[in-house]
Amino acid sequence: MMKFFDKLFGKKEKAIVRSQDMANTAPLTEEQIQAIVSGQSPHFDMQQLVAGCGQSVGKQRELNEDSIMALTATIAGNSGNLPFGLYLVADGMGGHQFGEIASNAAIRSVSDYIMKRFHPYLFHLKTEMMEEPFQEIMLGAVREAHKVIQREAPGSGTTLTAALVIGQQVTIAHVGDSRAYFVYPDGRLDPITRDHSLVKRLEELGHLAPEEAQNYPHRNVLYRALGQGDFLEPDIFTVAFPQPGYLMICSDGLWGVVAETDIQRSVIEAPTLQRACQNLVTAANVAGGPDNISVVLAQLIG
Amino acid sequence: MGEGDSSALRQLQSGATLVNRYAIQEVIGVGGMGSVYRARDMHFPNVTKLVAVKEMINSAPDPLVRQTIVQNFEREANLLATLNHPSIPRINDYFTIGSRSYLVLDFILGKDMEAIINDTNGFLPEEQTLGWAIELCDVLDFLHKHKPDPIIFRDMKPSNVMINQKGDIILVDFGIAKTFQTGMKGTMIGTEGYSPPEQYRGEATPIADIYALGATIHHALTRRDPRIEPPFSFAERPLRRINPAVSAELEAVINTALEYDPENRFRTAAEMKQALMGVAKKTGALARIKAATSSIGQIDTIKPLWSFKCEDEIRGTSTVLNGTLYVGSYDNNLYALNAADGKFKWKYPTNGGVVSRPAAYDGNVYFGSEDKRLYAVNGISGKEVWTYHAEGPVRSSPRIAEGHVFIGSDNAYMHAVNINTGRLVWRFEATDAVRSTPYVLNELVYVGCESGDFYAVDFRGALKWRFHAKRAITSSATSSDAALFIASLDGMLYALDPRNGWALWRFRLGKASISSPCVVDDIVIVGASDGFIYAVDAHSAKEIWRFRTEHQVNSSPVAYKDSVYCGSVDGNLYCLEYRTGRLRWKFGTEAAITGSPFVYDDIVYVGSTDHRMYALLA
Ligand SMILES: Nc1ncnc2c1ncn2[C@@H]1O[C@H](COP(=O)(O)OP(=O)(O)OP(=O)(O)O)[C@@H](O)[C@H]1O
Ligand SMILES: [Mg+2]
Repeated sequence: MMKFFDKLFGKKEKAIVRSQDMANTAPLTEEQIQAIVSGQSPHFDMQQLVAGCGQSVGKQRELNEDSIMALTATIAGNSGNLPFGLYLVADGMGGHQFGEIASNAAIRSVSDYIMKRFHPYLFHLKTEMMEEPFQEIMLGAVREAHKVIQREAPGSGTTLTAALVIGQQVTIAHVGDSRAYFVYPDGRLDPITRDHSLVKRLEELGHLAPEEAQNYPHRNVLYRALGQGDFLEPDIFTVAFPQPGYLMICSDGLWGVVAETDIQRSVIEAPTLQRACQNLVTAANVAGGPDNISVVLAQLIG
Repeated sequence: MGEGDSSALRQLQSGATLVNRYAIQEVIGVGGMGSVYRARDMHFPNVTKLVAVKEMINSAPDPLVRQTIVQNFEREANLLATLNHPSIPRINDYFTIGSRSYLVLDFILGKDMEAIINDTNGFLPEEQTLGWAIELCDVLDFLHKHKPDPIIFRDMKPSNVMINQKGDIILVDFGIAKTFQTGMKGTMIGTEGYSPPEQYRGEATPIADIYALGATIHHALTRRDPRIEPPFSFAERPLRRINPAVSAELEAVINTALEYDPENRFRTAAEMKQALMGVAKKTGALARIKAATSSIGQIDTIKPLWSFKCEDEIRGTSTVLNGTLYVGSYDNNLYALNAADGKFKWKYPTNGGVVSRPAAYDGNVYFGSEDKRLYAVNGISGKEVWTYHAEGPVRSSPRIAEGHVFIGSDNAYMHAVNINTGRLVWRFEATDAVRSTPYVLNELVYVGCESGDFYAVDFRGALKWRFHAKRAITSSATSSDAALFIASLDGMLYALDPRNGWALWRFRLGKASISSPCVVDDIVIVGASDGFIYAVDAHSAKEIWRFRTEHQVNSSPVAYKDSVYCGSVDGNLYCLEYRTGRLRWKFGTEAAITGSPFVYDDIVYVGSTDHRMYALLA
């Protein structure tokens, strides 16, 4: 109980200080308010998820083989407060034919599968708990998409990095070399997925030094991709949503092209998530835009 | 995918006849693009001639894609038609009906190697596997010597190798086999896990098939499926470490086939065959009865620091406070012993077995008894402070938080009792007996009950959420930064979101569990009644290791420093390295250990149903 009062009191105190500050100055501009709000990380009673996206075909390719999907919902009321988000990035394999069909099929099929499972629990006021764990739903969705691709575009393949956010948990399903990162306000950029690429594997085994990896001729070869092979083992795991921080998912058209420090800066310094995404896409294009670029950024507030 | 187009993908039913000739009997295999059926060739009405009909469903909407599929199909048919070898199925016919194309092959009566691996308990014998490997070298040699261009099979793996009734191998699935023109590059085709590094770069050579053969034999002898491991990781799973019955000679041959650099492998399949023949000669048939070299031996000689005998079984767990060890016994007493030397201090008699674990707090000891009471006793004198009537036998252990003692009872309530007065503050009604120990995290109390319900209750006794397992939750929860873990008699280990009770994942244990998990370094460790102690990754639910004891594991593991300690009904206390599950030592008692060890100050305390309490150096 004491903690609760602390919180209340603490909040009040801050509010008073702020109003005194403003007493003999002109009204603040929108940016100033934004700066104050973001600097003080105020306590929100309601938790909500916000997201932004960016995509570009890049400067050197004619075809966009990337696909993204971002869906954000917040449900709050007396029965609880449940942020819900589904974010997908799929990068169709360029070396193979019909990469754009594969990436498109991947995001649609995975979203369809997942939303069908959650629909009754999120919107039908079901009282019992969903029995199927999140990770099994993700696995089912990925395996289904794998089949769909094999049916609709055999021989093609795509990466897929999917994040399902429910409450404060992020469940990731990942195949290929698109990446999910956690970006922290202090500038840390933590990749949370592991590339299923030949270069990464050779690096791990010590057959390639990181510098050599940069210029390795078979950089694009994946050893795991949606649609490829008859047996698919995606990486699936659940981690806590960083708070404060951001979840970022992107294709290699971003992470392979823009330096980490520039990615961090773009994310942290932008006034909104949408602007951050825009800046990231621009940075990749300024650096030559050799590949399709896709990025999704999400933040959990409160 | 709507429901509507699924009919286009449906398998043929038995009884269907294709081109008025092949009467489908049943599905014998399912692949990426369709099914494989057993069918009877009706052109031979007087004998039963069986064929295998391999179907390829071309459901691609894109015309270009469709065309590529048809080309691949025809390539497989044409290739097979030109090959004549006892280990390659003959092709009898091929045709296309609408979007489905069919290859008609000789039916092989037998099983594919993947099915054999999966259906075998334990490891396949070396001789048998060796025989198959030699035959596979023969057929690869035949393909690689094909004129004018060598044929690279490119997809050697257990499911593409059939073993017929005579025990001979037959290669199936030439869907991606390819004639090889030196210098040509292609894209990675083959099966992840079995393919060598250069095949990922698009180079398919005869030496790539040798690697995949090595991978296939490695899988057969270790039962470790390389498709779920990172590629080129065979060196991390040495054959003989997983299966000590394999001869060193065979291991050396497989290792050569699996060399990372193609130059270091056998240069031809014939050369590999020679090496395998050498192994067969050297090891002979009798050499195999080699006792598995066991690293256990001296570790059985652990001596306890002290032991103390009660009048009846110790089924529960102990706790230590200020140099005193408290433990309950089935002789109805709570014992207080000197933790350093095991000397008796006092005992407090109740009217029922004390099976749960006492909680010590602020000089007092709290414990439940099967006489339906919760007791608070002075830790030094053993004098009663208060007792509380719980209306049902108490098999749950008390949890102390925020001035309350939380405890479950068989009367189907969780009771919140004021720690100073022993008066009931509130009680929460469950649907069945509460034997699980309440767990407190972030101002919520979590408790399971025998009906399988698991509850999160706030400090005022109001239900926050409820989760339901298929059978009882007797074990207690534990948590890491992001999830709550509980085991159930339904044989599952669950990870739940502590805020809302949604299931993040579940991990299938071999059998029911009443063991409470522990978490260390994002590894969740729990015992089960199938006799195993399991270690599972807290984020991905991937099994990290499992350790087999000789009987049920009802005890709850406890991590301390870099070890985990756990008892088993086989009478042993095990000390394992918690990262690898490697046995450090075990200590045998005279009867089952059902309670959990308690580790404090480098000493492990454990009770046994042999009536004794033991103290061991951790
Ligand atoms: N001639 C045959 N006789 C009996 N069973 C067969 C025969 N051919 C295939 N099978 C069974 O069917 C399974 C699948 O066959 P196959 O590998 O040829 O098809 P697939 O896996 O669908 O092909 P792909 O790998 O090209 O998708 C085999 O593992 C085997 O169990
Ligand atoms: Mg096959």
